[in-house]
Amino acid sequence: MENILKADQLSYRYTDTYCIKDFSISFNKGEKVSIIGPNGSGKSTILRLLTRLLKSETGTVLLEGEKMNQMKEKEIAKKLAMLPQVNNHKLDLTVRDLVTHGRNPYLKWFEEPNAEHQTHIDWALAVTNLTKFQHRPLLALSGGERQRAWIAMAIAQTPQILILDEPTSYLDISHQIEVMELLEDLNRSLGMTIIMVLHDLNQAARYSARLIAMKNGKVVRQGTPSDVFDSDFFREVFAIEATVHLDGDKPIYTPIGLVQRKQKKIGEM
Amino acid sequence: MKEAEQIDAGSEEKILDANQEAKKVDPRRKKRLRTLWIFTLLCVLAIIYGIMAGSVPIPLKDVWGALFSTADTMERQIVWDLRLPRLLTGLLVGACLAVSGALLQGVMRNPLADPGIIGVSAGAGLVAVIMMILFPQYIQFLPLGAFLGSLIAALTIYFVAWDGGVSPLRMILAGVAINSLLGAVMSTIMILYSDRVQAVLPWLVGGLSGRSWPHFQIIWPYAVIGLILSIFAIKQANIMMLGDEVARLVGDKVERSRFILILLATFLAGVAVSVAGLISFVGLVVPHFIRMIVGTDYRYLLPISAIAGAFLVMFADTIARSWFDPIELPVGILLSAIGAPFFLYLLRGGIKGWKTS
Repeated sequence: MENILKADQLSYRYTDTYCIKDFSISFNKGEKVSIIGPNGSGKSTILRLLTRLLKSETGTVLLEGEKMNQMKEKEIAKKLAMLPQVNNHKLDLTVRDLVTHGRNPYLKWFEEPNAEHQTHIDWALAVTNLTKFQHRPLLALSGGERQRAWIAMAIAQTPQILILDEPTSYLDISHQIEVMELLEDLNRSLGMTIIMVLHDLNQAARYSARLIAMKNGKVVRQGTPSDVFDSDFFREVFAIEATVHLDGDKPIYTPIGLVQRKQKKIGEM
Repeated sequence: MKEAEQIDAGSEEKILDANQEAKKVDPRRKKRLRTLWIFTLLCVLAIIYGIMAGSVPIPLKDVWGALFSTADTMERQIVWDLRLPRLLTGLLVGACLAVSGALLQGVMRNPLADPGIIGVSAGAGLVAVIMMILFPQYIQFLPLGAFLGSLIAALTIYFVAWDGGVSPLRMILAGVAINSLLGAVMSTIMILYSDRVQAVLPWLVGGLSGRSWPHFQIIWPYAVIGLILSIFAIKQANIMMLGDEVARLVGDKVERSRFILILLATFLAGVAVSVAGLISFVGLVVPHFIRMIVGTDYRYLLPISAIAGAFLVMFADTIARSWFDPIELPVGILLSAIGAPFFLYLLRGGIKGWKTS
């Protein structure tokens, strides 16, 4: 399969103990992947390195085989969109204004969106079910609607890859499912590659074809949800005892308790 | 709790007016356009009042005649030689300062930003003090000197703040440091030559006293160029409001945009300062006030700020020269006197549209 996004030997250092070193990862076209792992495992850092929000000290990121650091910002933004973690700016914008910014990669500095761009904006609003609210200020929306508005901006870029950093955090459960199903739809009907960081592991298992589990800046396991989920995995990566059962073909875990300290040390080896 | 209530209240409302809403445009559009027309009207009124008021009052019915009759009356001379050029200079100065402030507040994402924070006042002030005190023979180059001073000071602050990029916070901190350094040099010169300070003081508080066609002719081409360029900056300023990360994700070269906007803001403020001296508060207060009415969308904020700034400076200058007869106050003092209480009012009322963190 063709790698649409491939990171090779990335490094990034916050402090000596908290760093990413020689990190390589690749994503296939049309894939739906979740990156999971405990706090501080480097998930968000990886997303930010992949989207050039952070500059890797070494290595390269290839976007459709092209070196990303040699591409123009707007060329990247046409292919790759990202929803950063919790956009809580108190932005004084209407939904449509926000989504319009998603067309920026296609506009020259003096250009305003023409009718064709408006079609894309209308489409992004329709897909995210926001057409009715398009002239509402973001501040007047509920959390779920606001999150959809940001997703609408990202998909107005008509990207091939959509990267999301914890898109469901702070949403209530029905809004979480709504976002997840929207992503599934984008993935299925448009073949959009979806890469996300998720905290809810059962959600990650249900809505992803591949899980990538990280700990201490490294990938510790990856594969289909059924491959990844087992008791050892939860012990090693999250230091919890858990049972795993199947709901249809999707695995579900139930936490039982923390791993005792001694065992935790063994798990880290 | 609060969140839940909001959602509930929101969804009921939504069912009610979901259908109308789909067809409507931005509901604030009306208010914004109304604000635009009000300030345009105020501008016209300020010009008319500015022509009327003064030590030789010209009644309203004679204004048209004084402006456009071919007879060489005294009124015509007063209007064409004194009042009109001074008003037009004030118009440009006000518009430039307000647009500069609006751009800076956006680019710094800080409601306290004004042309002073990026060194425009300190740089121009220092050069002006040097020229007026030490090289009075070159006084005719004062506008150019003040303009270059503001530009150099702003660029210095920009490059001092540079660290693989310029964060607004670093820029503001570097600005505070450079400003106080330049201020110290300026004070030193003024203390060493305290006998000649008299000439400098009116310039330092800012004013339009004695400004006429030569001053207008110096600045209008630059002011017009700057204001036209700022029309093209509207889109960029709106993208910057999204935050550095999101701006980058939609393909904006954030550092380059920021530099261009800062440069444009400096240019505009430098143009204003070059003929009017250090008028403060217009760049800070006008965009603020307009933002409270129309919101942060630069498509409205920028042009309305320009018009409101023009109105404020023209009107305040007319008051400053005509209400305190026989004294003529520098308009800078009056603006600060209005600006300070107004600013306190803003502080107490909270500032809409800005995240406080």
